[in-house]
Amino acid sequence: MPIKILMPALSPTMEHGTLAKWLKNEGDIIKAGDVIAEIETDKATMEVEAVDEGVLAKILIPQGTDEVPVNALIAVLIEDGENESDLAEFITKEASAKPVSIVKADPDKKQPETLSNVASSQPMPTSATPSSGRVFATPLARRVAAMDGISLANIIGSGPHGRIVKADIISSGQTKGKIFRHTEEFRLVPNNNMRKIIAKRLLESKLTVPHFYLSIDCMMDALLEARVQINNTLGEDKNKKLSVNDFVILAVAKALKDVPAANASWSDEAIKIYNNVDISIAVAIDGGLITPLIRNADQKDIIKVSSEMKDLAKRARENSLKPEEFQGGGFSISNLGMYGIKSFNAIVNPPQGCILAVGMSSKRAVVIEDRIEMRMVMDVNLSCDHRVVDGAVGAQFLAAFKKYIESPILMFI
Amino acid sequence: MENFDVVVIGGGPGGYVAAIRAAQLGKKTALIEKEHLGGICLNWGCIPTKALLKSAELYQKMKHAEEFGISASNIEFDITKIVVRSRDVSTKLVGGIKALLKKNKLTVIEGTAKLEGPGQILVNDKDKISAKNIIIATGARARNLPGFEANGKNIWTYRQALVPDNVPKSMIIVGSGAIGIEFASFYNALGSDVTVLEAADRILPVEDSEISAMAKKAFEAKGIKFKIGVKLEGQKSSAKGVTVTFDYNGKRESLESEILLMAVGIVGNVENIGLEKTKVIVEKGHIVTNSMMQTAESGVFAIGDVAGAPWLAHKASHEGIIAAEFIAGKKPHAITKTNIPGCTYSSPQIASVGLTEEAAKAAGYQMKIGRFPFYANGKALILGDSDGLIKTIFDAKTGELLGAHMIGAEVTELIGGYVVAKEMEGTELDLMNTIFPHPTLSEMMHESVLQAYGKQIHI
Repeated sequence: MPIKILMPALSPTMEHGTLAKWLKNEGDIIKAGDVIAEIETDKATMEVEAVDEGVLAKILIPQGTDEVPVNALIAVLIEDGENESDLAEFITKEASAKPVSIVKADPDKKQPETLSNVASSQPMPTSATPSSGRVFATPLARRVAAMDGISLANIIGSGPHGRIVKADIISSGQTKGKIFRHTEEFRLVPNNNMRKIIAKRLLESKLTVPHFYLSIDCMMDALLEARVQINNTLGEDKNKKLSVNDFVILAVAKALKDVPAANASWSDEAIKIYNNVDISIAVAIDGGLITPLIRNADQKDIIKVSSEMKDLAKRARENSLKPEEFQGGGFSISNLGMYGIKSFNAIVNPPQGCILAVGMSSKRAVVIEDRIEMRMVMDVNLSCDHRVVDGAVGAQFLAAFKKYIESPILMFI
Repeated sequence: MENFDVVVIGGGPGGYVAAIRAAQLGKKTALIEKEHLGGICLNWGCIPTKALLKSAELYQKMKHAEEFGISASNIEFDITKIVVRSRDVSTKLVGGIKALLKKNKLTVIEGTAKLEGPGQILVNDKDKISAKNIIIATGARARNLPGFEANGKNIWTYRQALVPDNVPKSMIIVGSGAIGIEFASFYNALGSDVTVLEAADRILPVEDSEISAMAKKAFEAKGIKFKIGVKLEGQKSSAKGVTVTFDYNGKRESLESEILLMAVGIVGNVENIGLEKTKVIVEKGHIVTNSMMQTAESGVFAIGDVAGAPWLAHKASHEGIIAAEFIAGKKPHAITKTNIPGCTYSSPQIASVGLTEEAAKAAGYQMKIGRFPFYANGKALILGDSDGLIKTIFDAKTGELLGAHMIGAEVTELIGGYVVAKEMEGTELDLMNTIFPHPTLSEMMHESVLQAYGKQIHI
């Protein structure tokens, strides 16, 4: 009997997800453990592995379909000795037995479609380079690209079946000389799950969370000196070097240990004060951001924090974080210092009570004992949910944070 | 109150096509039409005018039967029968649309429609229906010039011109767009003394100026008179006819004729449909939409003439399909405006797609221009239609077909070939590599491209 491949639940709370991409084609031989598809959930894209062996006989949900319910039949494997008619019979039976309701595309235009007509509708490829490697492009697009030495490989086609048309070459921004004004004034990038979650959560935060903001300057000279000294002992491998952000994470962890009331979140019945120091760190990824966690950061040394952070950031960009690696946490850090931002305020990441916005370290004139001195200074701003954290608690946290940053040796005792 | 997924207001070539497509995609669809299914196109536009022109063309051909070795005498026409035939063709097609709507299980509602807030429509000012999506396809009507309003007697719009009781001895036509020129061609062929007044500096102002000049010459050879660059001043209607006064080359002139036909463009039917209760934006008498035909009001779409130029049935139908597919969650391809062909069914016919030479020059293109005349084509001589030209314009740098402009017999049937090439972004090489059948008029399409690159064979 053919084997069903069902939409997997990648987290206990997942109800539906986007079938982002098929990595195998109909007719491919599948071995157990092969990665066959990518599923996009609220926060990440994850791989689906085959449990059984067989031939991928039929893909029922085309890639790019949104809101596929967990346990919906997404494809069928057939085993040795089974043929097309077994498959057809099986699919007919499945479809009539359990009409899985699929909702496609825009939630404003909710239109339930039955399994059978989803299965018959053509997938809409977004790239002109399917796995076969052949690039579909119009003759004019090929010529315009060739004239300016532009490779078609990385151009996304907007024509029928993802074919590359002239406008795609021009709008890639790689053509020389001519100023091109698009006849289409704008393009629409459909909101993926991540974008929807960002919009929903942050809007909710700004509308319902009473924010207040605290700002403090940190002298960075001692920390930067310590960083140089430690990095000098770490050999030539650049991937092992500590960043300022690693120190910030550790300083936040230690400060939360000192001021546990800042490691807290809101619920209607009670303020939840976390017993573990799990810190969410915002990482920019393609199309949005995600906040992987460093768990029990207060108990880790700077080398461990640094290596974990590098690994989490790398896998965040590859969309391969596991749900437990980004769900939860009691406190968030958002650092835009590497982009040259001096100072900014972040939006509280509900239900957490605080988020620390970290700016760039730069040389500033500072008054010390009636003298003006040049010091490296970093601005940080703490955004607080006043329901969870009062001004004094926020101030105590920042004072503790400043203490660790300005005397980094305290982090190591 | 009945609920629909899609309600289409207006049953013209935009509306009924949108409705059929929406129904095909599984949407519960209603079509509201206040007058006649098929809209202006089938009832008072494209279809009956072409039927009239076919009669006129046949009459002219028969008068020249001698050239084909055929003797015929006492060739006469009966205008009543010509009109009846044109109405019959319309009626037959409207019947076909009714059958199509039935086959696709559409609800057809006869009456007027008014938007009443989000998703609500008032039908015939009394019944309410609701719709998740509304497609406005109310079309357009002839534009009135103040002081030159049609009176149905001796000042006409296309309506009266389509159903004449007899052929007027003389006729002044104001406006030399497709509508004005087609009626000029028709009435001239049946013996009217026709004068066309045009405010712009040439006739068929949207066409390539070379084609426009050739057309003027061809029409003048048939006896149509033109006054170009006129500024209308006034008219006086009497039992004898109409006297039109105008400024021509700085001098006041007047002309008298039995009938004055006004063909000065059209305006969108945006009134009395409840738009004021929506966020829909109306600019210069037309509803503003994006490339998926969405208006500024969520769930409200506009297609066809009411959504702006070019005012062509085939553009309306295509927009209807885009709106229906977009509503159904598909990803339809947006229209490229320069790929919409335009046709005038006069004798000779005129057809074009894309940029004119002037427009391409203004856009800064270095051009390669090809021309091939009808007199050098075998089939044209066989047909006895040796006047005409096929002109092609390429971007010298990329080989992109920027525009194609034609005048002559059956060019409205030929233009589709270039439209396909443009839509698929073929270059001059693709057209050169295409084998056109011999002997056909379409060979000229090949030769014109070859000529643009100095590779022509037959001239």
